[in-house]
Amino acid sequence: MRRVMLAAVFAGACVCGPAATGQIQDPFASRAVPSPANSLDEIVFARLSALGLRPSSLCSDAVFIRRAFLDVIGTLPTADEARSFLEDRDPAKRRALVDRLLERPEFADYWAMKWADTLRVKSEFPINLWPNAVQAYHRWIRASLRDNLPFDEFARALLTSSGSNFREPPVNFYRAVQARDPQSLAAAVALTFMGSRVESWPAERLADLSVFFSRVGYKATGEWKEEIVFFDPERPLPGAAPGSPRSGRFPDGTATSLAPDRDPRVVFADWLVRPGNPWFARAAANRVWYWLMGRGVVHEPDDFRADNPPSSPELLAELGRAFVESRYDMKALMRMILNSTTYQLSPVPAGAGGVSEANFAHAIVRPLDAEVLIDALNQITGGTEQYSSPIPEPFTFVPPGVRSTALADGSITSAFLETFGRPSRDTGLASERSDRPSASQRLYLLNSAEVQRKIQQGPAVQALLQRGGDGRALLDLLYLTILSRHPTEAEMAAVQQYTQATEPNRRALVQDLVWALINTVEFRYRH
Amino acid sequence: MTRRAAVRSGLAGAAGWWLAGQRTARAWPAPAAPRAKAVIQIWMWGGPSHIDTFDPKPDAGYDYNGPLGKAIPTTVDGIQVGELLPMLAAQAGKYSIIRSLTHGINAHETAAYAVQTGRKPGSRLVYPGAGAVVSLFKGYGAGYSGLIPPYIVLTQLQGRFSEVGFLGPRYAPFATGGDPNQSPFVVQGVVSPGVSEQRQRDRRGLLQELNTLARAMKGNQVLDAVVATEDQAYDLILGESGKVFDLSQESDETRERYGRNTFGQSCLAARRLVERGAPYITINYNGWDTHKLHFQAMRQRLPQMDRGMATLLQDLSDRGLLDTTIVWWSGEFGRTPRVQWEPPWNGGRGHWGSVFSAVVAGGGFKGGRVVGASDARGEQVRDRPVDPGDVIASIYELLGFDLDAKLPNPEGADIRLVAPATERGALGGRLGEIM
Repeated sequence: MRRVMLAAVFAGACVCGPAATGQIQDPFASRAVPSPANSLDEIVFARLSALGLRPSSLCSDAVFIRRAFLDVIGTLPTADEARSFLEDRDPAKRRALVDRLLERPEFADYWAMKWADTLRVKSEFPINLWPNAVQAYHRWIRASLRDNLPFDEFARALLTSSGSNFREPPVNFYRAVQARDPQSLAAAVALTFMGSRVESWPAERLADLSVFFSRVGYKATGEWKEEIVFFDPERPLPGAAPGSPRSGRFPDGTATSLAPDRDPRVVFADWLVRPGNPWFARAAANRVWYWLMGRGVVHEPDDFRADNPPSSPELLAELGRAFVESRYDMKALMRMILNSTTYQLSPVPAGAGGVSEANFAHAIVRPLDAEVLIDALNQITGGTEQYSSPIPEPFTFVPPGVRSTALADGSITSAFLETFGRPSRDTGLASERSDRPSASQRLYLLNSAEVQRKIQQGPAVQALLQRGGDGRALLDLLYLTILSRHPTEAEMAAVQQYTQATEPNRRALVQDLVWALINTVEFRYRH
Repeated sequence: MTRRAAVRSGLAGAAGWWLAGQRTARAWPAPAAPRAKAVIQIWMWGGPSHIDTFDPKPDAGYDYNGPLGKAIPTTVDGIQVGELLPMLAAQAGKYSIIRSLTHGINAHETAAYAVQTGRKPGSRLVYPGAGAVVSLFKGYGAGYSGLIPPYIVLTQLQGRFSEVGFLGPRYAPFATGGDPNQSPFVVQGVVSPGVSEQRQRDRRGLLQELNTLARAMKGNQVLDAVVATEDQAYDLILGESGKVFDLSQESDETRERYGRNTFGQSCLAARRLVERGAPYITINYNGWDTHKLHFQAMRQRLPQMDRGMATLLQDLSDRGLLDTTIVWWSGEFGRTPRVQWEPPWNGGRGHWGSVFSAVVAGGGFKGGRVVGASDARGEQVRDRPVDPGDVIASIYELLGFDLDAKLPNPEGADIRLVAPATERGALGGRLGEIM
């Protein structure tokens, strides 16, 4: 009896058409014609026009809210958040949403995750920060992002701090490396703050850079795994007698003089964050652009070198210029990118063409980060994850309410996170985070016991079942919860047909729909 | 051949190899035809006691042996093993024991890294383990087209270091999850109790209907690749390939012979995988980090290991698979030879990287031999020190890999499959005496 009624409800939905929920035929694009909104757009659009490429349409509100939530706070919008944004008539609602998201606590969690990837924050081999230092370091990174610490100050703190790894967290920068010789430290600095891999450098330049990190000292204390990182004036500058100065050379070739009593790390930091530095602002701005857009202007974002040029030198220059002008204000830079038309294009290309992606003619699809994906699945189903660490004994258990994006320690992981490409945090390279689809991932989402259990037993799915309402309202709620949009007419018809053909009960139908929607590429891919 | 003669000939062979390397421009000789097609790695996570398994020291006394003071003879004259391994003693003609492995590392992660990658920890790069290397040279990019992933872990990843290192997640193992000793063996994503095949098919149809973005973006390489992986996944879920994990296809008698426990049934699953062409299977066998209650743990666990591994060797041999399948048994280190009777250990064994044992069989490795020796108390290497890298290089050689091949890495560095001897501080070199 119940089956028959349900089928009838969907049959009715098909008859009365799209009126009630305002379905549109193309759920990904809006009707507005894309036009430049700021200086970034002027450059992107001029280049597209020069290349004879057409930008795609502006994305729909539904795509925008999903994209902005995922990119800015690594979180899926709830059904209520999605609905109220879609209903909002304010023409400036996208800008307002960006402002709200940048102040959410999840913003700090999510961007701390990205920076912790870059800075290699993990307890165990091969980095061996150990748990206490990981917690202190992660907390400092997170607070810096939350408080929008200007990026030059962020870099300076990491490069020049001295003290205990527990009490002066940024000193962990010099501990989060696989080897602590001056060359290895220099390589970490170049990768992190210049977006450059020293493997592509002339040996001399690397040797010159290493001089600035030749007087970093380490010493243990009586506390387990506490370590002091400090400027050690006892270490002579390489090639100089104790107490004698020597000349130094920055990576851009300019010379400097290094005094025996002055920390050379400070001399380097002064050079690095100078507004005219050709690497610092551009590398950082390009990294943020990469994180938000899915592709760097220089790509990979940590591979600046002469034979890997930016796809648009003007765009890279403008990003760097704006970042310097804002005094290295991270959130201002993000706001500029997020409010650009370029960011807000539809993922569906207007025409074919291999270079359209590198020139940002349409939004780039990329898989949700492993941590974001499991958090999203848990938000939809009401499930939680259990994380623990076997070191040190007694075991550490992460409280079940902690989201995966907020995990501090790269050594605390799960089969899910490993399967879905979480980086190992061994090198800090952006490419450590895998975006390749694998058969294991598909198997996991299609058919694993874990996903089945979440769908069958998750309290949030149970609550959806209890909500009542007719089939159409239920389907609308499922779509808003999982895909942040209303279903299209075609989709409603497909569900109606499925209901008639297989005659599931309400519980089975909801489970099948949740399963199907989380297995769409629309769910798996930020688009 | 006596052991001493074997050692001598091994050294001569190794020396010849170094010279051959010097005569040509290559750091290593050109690859020979492969003799092995597959590797089953039995990974004794935690570090198994060498004295209580394959390097017994019956004359060392109670302080060293505790209550397990007996060594038992094997089917090979002159080779003894620990008293809890009677079934393996009967298979001694099939495997060789390396008793002189050494790396001197006493921490789990770094030691596991050294043994599984053959590289010293502490360089700026994280090297891939042997399974990821096999996945690179024998996996999807190298002509493998099986639906079963080329590198499979039974059942859980260790998670202490990245198996793939700089090769990246493309070469990551597929961890089955589940327990092969349960029925059904719930392999992650392949077997899902409670969803009928009909419902699987219905759902798949529904998914295709609702995959609106995939349709709107047809031609996008990224999304098309996802759809392709979905087809593969369904071939495993609904097709014949996934049946490899259905151990109920084996007779009860066979399942009993392997032992009705997780390890025994993992060995059986590994044999089935090898039969179907999977090139690398790791059985992650936990529970060997026996700081406390060591002898109780040995009495409980070694009989399971003995039965599972001995049956695996016999079964592979009976099926004609041992000639082309390497079985490699090792942990990250051995355990303290002198029993720690004092509190808090009260009869335990700690970590011991100075000398430890490994076992290799099949795929071109000779059986019935012993390589190297530890001293009278199993504390230091006495003869023929073997570096973990020597074992791995020998395995690669039998698989027919070019030891000079460059490994792709994100920094574009010139990295060879096996580091030149000069970088490795060469100890004994390749295991020529048993190849």
